[in-house]
Amino acid sequence: MRFQPVIGLEVHVQLKTDTKIFCGCSTKFGAAPNSQTCPVCLGMPGALPVLNKKVVEFAIRAGLATNCRIAPRSVFARKNYFYPDLPKGYQISQFELPICQNGHLDIEVTDLNSISSGCQGGKEEATRAYSDVRRGADDEVNAGRRLKANSVKRIGITRIHMEEDAGKLVHSDIPGLGSGSGVDLNRACTPLLEIVSEPDIRSADEAVAYLRKLHQIVVYLGICDGNMEEGSFRCDANVSVMPVGSTTFGTRTETKNVNSFRFVKQAIEYEIERQIELIGEGGKVVQETRLFDPGTGETRSMRGKEEAHDYRYFPDPDLVPLVISNDWVADVALSLPELPEARRSRYRSELGLSDYDAEVLTATREMAEYFEACIALGAPAKGAANWVMGEVTRTLNEAGKGIAECPVTPERLTALLQLIEKGTISGKIAKTVFDEMWSSDKAPEAIVEEKGLVQVSDTGEIERIIDEIMAANMGQVEEFRGGKEKVFGFFVGQVMRASKGKANPAVVNELLMKKLKGA
Amino acid sequence: MPPQTEILMELHDLTIHELHDRLKRKEVSSVEATRALLARIEAVDPKVNAYITVTPEEALAAAQDADRRIAAGDIAPLTGIPIGLKDIFVTKGIRTTCASRILGNFVPPYDGTAVARLKEAGAVIVGKLNQDEFAMGSSGESSAFGPTRNPWNLECIPGGSSSGSAAAIAARTATATLGTDTGGSIRQPASHCGCVGLRPTYGRVSRYGVIAYASSLDQVGPLTRDVTDCALMLQAVAGHDPLDSTSVDLPVPDYTKALTGDVKGLRLGLPKEYYIAGLDPDVKMALDEAIETYRGLGVEFIDISLPHTDYAVATYYLVATAEASSNLARYEGVRFGHRAEGAASLIDMFRKTRAEGFGAEVKRRIMLGTYALSSGYYDAYYLKAQKVRTLIMQDFLKAFETVDAILTPVAPTPAFRIGEKTRDPLQMYLSDIFTIPVNLAGTCAVSVPAGMSGNGLPIGLQLIGRPFGEETILRAAHAFEQATAWHQRKAQI
Repeated sequence: MRFQPVIGLEVHVQLKTDTKIFCGCSTKFGAAPNSQTCPVCLGMPGALPVLNKKVVEFAIRAGLATNCRIAPRSVFARKNYFYPDLPKGYQISQFELPICQNGHLDIEVTDLNSISSGCQGGKEEATRAYSDVRRGADDEVNAGRRLKANSVKRIGITRIHMEEDAGKLVHSDIPGLGSGSGVDLNRACTPLLEIVSEPDIRSADEAVAYLRKLHQIVVYLGICDGNMEEGSFRCDANVSVMPVGSTTFGTRTETKNVNSFRFVKQAIEYEIERQIELIGEGGKVVQETRLFDPGTGETRSMRGKEEAHDYRYFPDPDLVPLVISNDWVADVALSLPELPEARRSRYRSELGLSDYDAEVLTATREMAEYFEACIALGAPAKGAANWVMGEVTRTLNEAGKGIAECPVTPERLTALLQLIEKGTISGKIAKTVFDEMWSSDKAPEAIVEEKGLVQVSDTGEIERIIDEIMAANMGQVEEFRGGKEKVFGFFVGQVMRASKGKANPAVVNELLMKKLKGA
Repeated sequence: MPPQTEILMELHDLTIHELHDRLKRKEVSSVEATRALLARIEAVDPKVNAYITVTPEEALAAAQDADRRIAAGDIAPLTGIPIGLKDIFVTKGIRTTCASRILGNFVPPYDGTAVARLKEAGAVIVGKLNQDEFAMGSSGESSAFGPTRNPWNLECIPGGSSSGSAAAIAARTATATLGTDTGGSIRQPASHCGCVGLRPTYGRVSRYGVIAYASSLDQVGPLTRDVTDCALMLQAVAGHDPLDSTSVDLPVPDYTKALTGDVKGLRLGLPKEYYIAGLDPDVKMALDEAIETYRGLGVEFIDISLPHTDYAVATYYLVATAEASSNLARYEGVRFGHRAEGAASLIDMFRKTRAEGFGAEVKRRIMLGTYALSSGYYDAYYLKAQKVRTLIMQDFLKAFETVDAILTPVAPTPAFRIGEKTRDPLQMYLSDIFTIPVNLAGTCAVSVPAGMSGNGLPIGLQLIGRPFGEETILRAAHAFEQATAWHQRKAQI
């Protein structure tokens, strides 16, 4: 039997608001335990939540960027369960009426082999299996597109809702308490978005592509710092398998809190294998919650369906229904930054950049903005692209810095590019100037001036140097004239060295060629 | 000059406005008034048990502050007035128990909004008052600190859940008190103890710092000796609070200005569903007399119907308990309050703490509410109850198209004897039959003294107003008070 995996993802995005979702406490990471708490986030008797407007704005941003409908009226609900890190004994979330619904993200799929290793079918069959289960108007379009390499696939987004995070348990020696468990409620009441996808994903690679895209968007939107190690972007994966051709999904398992792209891929692949193997042995997949162990790359059962919580959701009577006006949504829409997809196509069509350049330059909003600042200042597009992707990125990486902290401002880089364009300095000299700008906080013109790096394009001056060098190396001149054209490089090197790199290489090439050929 | 003791004996009987006049004329200081109250508490409260915690030191310090303000000519209506708070109000640095063992050692780090507003007005907090545990009860008997007794007859209950708040007024151990009303918890004890008790419209007073029982029904209100005091207390605590999302941002009128004494042409509705067979004859008589009194003042009576009244108690016990089951989840011994010793595991600690900390009635309601919200039952119970609640609300709104306020009994009987209904929760629940619909509708109502039973227990009448119609019902209650002398009677204790 051949199997088709079916995957849906629930992503928790921690919002980077200054204060918590229902109180005024700071959300800063890493403070002393319980130092960022108040009666509200401690769940003190009598304390009441008040919604942080910024959280709503961030949720609207996320909804608009993922093509969701923004609900004019949404409701907060209580999710009831006991755990020591949950101060009120319930989490304020949204249930029946979330803020965003019915969105989608388009991902690029390069690997069409979405049918798992347990199956033998070809691409056509895979596509058929896929389009059989796929609901919605885009079925045929998607299925058709999937036959091409690098095709686009649409992943539905069921809903996005706002909720508060829980605190953290610390199991260790606690100063003053000895060994045991402590509760740190600094994180309690921190704002989260939960973004729930439709079960449209068919492979671990698609899952990762979707997650990368979503991650890029929330970081671009400025609503999440994207830090996966600190848990700012984490994912629960719902995985099931069904026989190819079936229209009924298999029983799914939910793997909790996977916090890296690599782990998501591992966890999903493991889970697909495990389920197929289990069914192959005549067993049955049970609905359960599982945990991923990064050490072994395996998932293991955490709790079964019978131990599943009955969360007893009901509308939170402490919060009034959230009403969002069309005007507010329109205002937020106007304030959205240009998203990577739109940027990429603009770079291609307006700036004439290659797919590769457009992709690399839009990888982060900061890099794209740096690049665009250079363009706005009059830098040539291709030159700016090469420099941002090359010298700038390399030096930043060496220094372990982000582009936002780049000591060479777009103004300085543009000035440098213009010096090259005007022929004042060569590209090679420009690298020296760039290094100097990095460490000295000086304008490129000043550095060129100070160090006498102005390119020599004066043909008389260059001719003089060439003549001297040819005179001193007659042997090589003969070799060249005898047909050994490789020595041309030797002469270029000698001329450049003699000019301390300042000779205009184009002029050098031209004159050398003329003179060597004995013209 | 009369002997000191006579002055002291007198001070605790005064209303807010009477004491205010004396403070203003500097005939008495707040410290003297507060001392008199504290002495009265010491003398009488052992019999009544209205207080869980008395705070003499804090009270005298506040009284000194008040006297300084008064000396500087800065006197507000509540400046220097000794006031008691139901122990459901969170008070900074003062133990707040909600009459539960589970909060027996809880000292809050903050003041709630209503308390902060009283303090800003210069009121002197004398202590924390007894109540039913977590405000769950109609008799005051579910307190972990023992039942409060009715000052009119110590064998009887004072009503609940604001039992201490009403009993302290009747016993003259507080000049005024603050209570909360989730299903009648201000009006019913006010009726049983012969004082005035107002439940304002939902959203009129902030719930921030009020320990939640049923969040969509809870509302803060005053219990006082007369209607003028009631208006003054409401004035001090009413108004929008950014810390409570359900508090309403509407201007607060001057409530004492509404007390004109003129009710000529006022239309009062008499709902047929409230004049039921089985109504206690004394209650019936008090009501008939009240109608006659009002007629004499030029009030017009109109028969009305509130057709969904029969479903109110059932609806209440689904909505209130559902919310309570969630509101009370935070009491598990991790961060504050009681924690059970010798637990074998975390879950065991939660279970033991809650088993030891909560009383029987609280456990009963947590179980009812948990059941009502459970998967598979939610639609049949909680959701259905919310729909009925909407119908009850519509009953009232429809009635208010033809009447200005509604006149009803507060409770079917005068105060019953301690222990009489503790074994039959259902009978106990039914004693709130006339007050519960107001909470479900989210509107306002006041209880005013309107008679005495054959065996000497007070009987109140209820005036129900339209949402944010506090001025109308206070005006009607005040006119009635002016025409009668029931509020001047004092329990002999």
